[in-house]
Amino acid sequence: MHNLEPKLFTFLLATFLGLEVIRRVSPLLHTPLMSLTNAISAISVVAAIQVMSEGHTTFNHVLCTLGVIAAMTNIIGGFWITDRMLKMFRREKPRRD
Amino acid sequence: MINLPWPSGLLAQAAPAEVDYIANSWLGIASYLIAAALFILSLKWLSHPRTARRGVRAGEIGMTIAVIGTLLIYRAVSYKWIFIGMVVGSLIGAPMAVWMPMTAVPQRTALSHAFGALAAALVGTAHYYTLYGDAAIDRFTMAILAVEVLLGSLTFTGSLVAFGKLQELVPSSIKGLPNQNAINFSILGAALVVGIWLTASPMQHWLFPILIILGLAFGLCLVIPIGGADMPTVISLLNSYAGLSASLMGFVLDNYLLIIAGALDGSSGLILSIVMCKAMNRSFTNVLFGRMEPSAGGTSDDIYAGKVKSATPEDVAMLLEGAQRVIFVPGYGLAVAQAQHTVRELATELERNGCTIEYAIHPVAGRMPGHMNVLLAEADVPYDQLKEMDEINPTFAQCDVAIVIGANDVVNPLARTDPNSPIAGMPILNVDQARNVVVIKRSLSPGFAGIPNPLFAADNCLMLFGDGKKALIELVAAMKEG
Repeated sequence: MHNLEPKLFTFLLATFLGLEVIRRVSPLLHTPLMSLTNAISAISVVAAIQVMSEGHTTFNHVLCTLGVIAAMTNIIGGFWITDRMLKMFRREKPRRD
Repeated sequence: MINLPWPSGLLAQAAPAEVDYIANSWLGIASYLIAAALFILSLKWLSHPRTARRGVRAGEIGMTIAVIGTLLIYRAVSYKWIFIGMVVGSLIGAPMAVWMPMTAVPQRTALSHAFGALAAALVGTAHYYTLYGDAAIDRFTMAILAVEVLLGSLTFTGSLVAFGKLQELVPSSIKGLPNQNAINFSILGAALVVGIWLTASPMQHWLFPILIILGLAFGLCLVIPIGGADMPTVISLLNSYAGLSASLMGFVLDNYLLIIAGALDGSSGLILSIVMCKAMNRSFTNVLFGRMEPSAGGTSDDIYAGKVKSATPEDVAMLLEGAQRVIFVPGYGLAVAQAQHTVRELATELERNGCTIEYAIHPVAGRMPGHMNVLLAEADVPYDQLKEMDEINPTFAQCDVAIVIGANDVVNPLARTDPNSPIAGMPILNVDQARNVVVIKRSLSPGFAGIPNPLFAADNCLMLFGDGKKALIELVAAMKEG
């Protein structure tokens, strides 16, 4: 593991960007926000694939496959339920006078 | 070990035999860049209900691009196992999204934090043993890996306990041992010692399982004593940890997309935790390690004796007949009684009389941030009627009737008046300032803070005792007759 400096800067900038963007999310949508960020952090599926490619033991493959399962559960479940919730948020229908 | 050659490394590596590999790497870099941009846009678009669904699309596309890019870079990978993993994961994830009732969303969220943390912990473990096999662990990698696996494992068990409490598999009455904090800190201390030892000598591989076990134990002990009303904060904190551990994984694996996506998740969890803590006027340490002490103030008998007025649904219906402006104040009890659709029915009935309807949402109403909004949206309540606390508080005085359903501590005026109360200083909904208040509640039993609520004995307050849903159904019936 090298290049610590660019990684720390990336982390720092992403955190500040995240704080700024998420601060603007209306409290109305805090529940979908949590399920969406949860789905996005299931990007660890990428890590599972990467680590699986490094090792050739059964142990490695089993752990990484379980990792893929856990992450994939969040990807499918997270995006889907977020969309299901957001579909329900409607504005008031225009009043009939 | 295949490592993504980042541009600076590429120049040195550009041997002709590697052209194909480098092309793939560039494809990988491009896909990761696009994915990172889409994740950021996804959160940006989520800020408003109008664009929020576009945000979900962006996230989905970003994720797909990232996964395809990764599969292209790491060709040596066993596609069979990845395919199986993805199919099994989808089969578990889809039912959790499709058939999950909206009242159970907090449980589902806790469970998905557990899955996210599990993935991070498993991948970290696999990476450690792979490096160990190659005898290629430097101390710095080890230190970050230790923190990552520790965070992953404590978030895993912590989230499982939170899930158990929300699903009522674990009784929420468990308040932990008297010296719970001492136990927690000993476990955490032991985990840190093991982590430092591993960092000093990364090849002591027998220490690694101990680290994981200590992490699992700490997560368990940390969340077990935390009660129901603190769940919104706990879930947000666990969200933050899960994101942070994914981000640390990115440090170890030289994977910038993981660093970015994990940091976004971590900062989201952090913001939500801060919002929740502010809404309860408590600190992180107080939520995690504090205990709610019953107040020394007046007992419920002094406060309630002879002053509580019980009403029938017909009384309340009559009161509502003439109302011009009604505010509903929903709490967790509404979710328990699954009464959101009945509330909407009553609102429709009132709107027919020309009455203006609003809903006052306290930030910690429910068991996770924003829970009430989702429940009411499910019942077809337009979101412009859902008002935040700061927005609606000044207007309670102009409200004819405020109807409190299954909320208690968040409408307790003691928070403003009694500096010795355990909820002193907590921002509350100023329901007591409404011309009339109707509280729908099973009994006079105290809320999570364990203190009586003078609102129930106030002159302008009527109690409608009963199960939230049943009481509302009777109320709607009485309105229709009247």
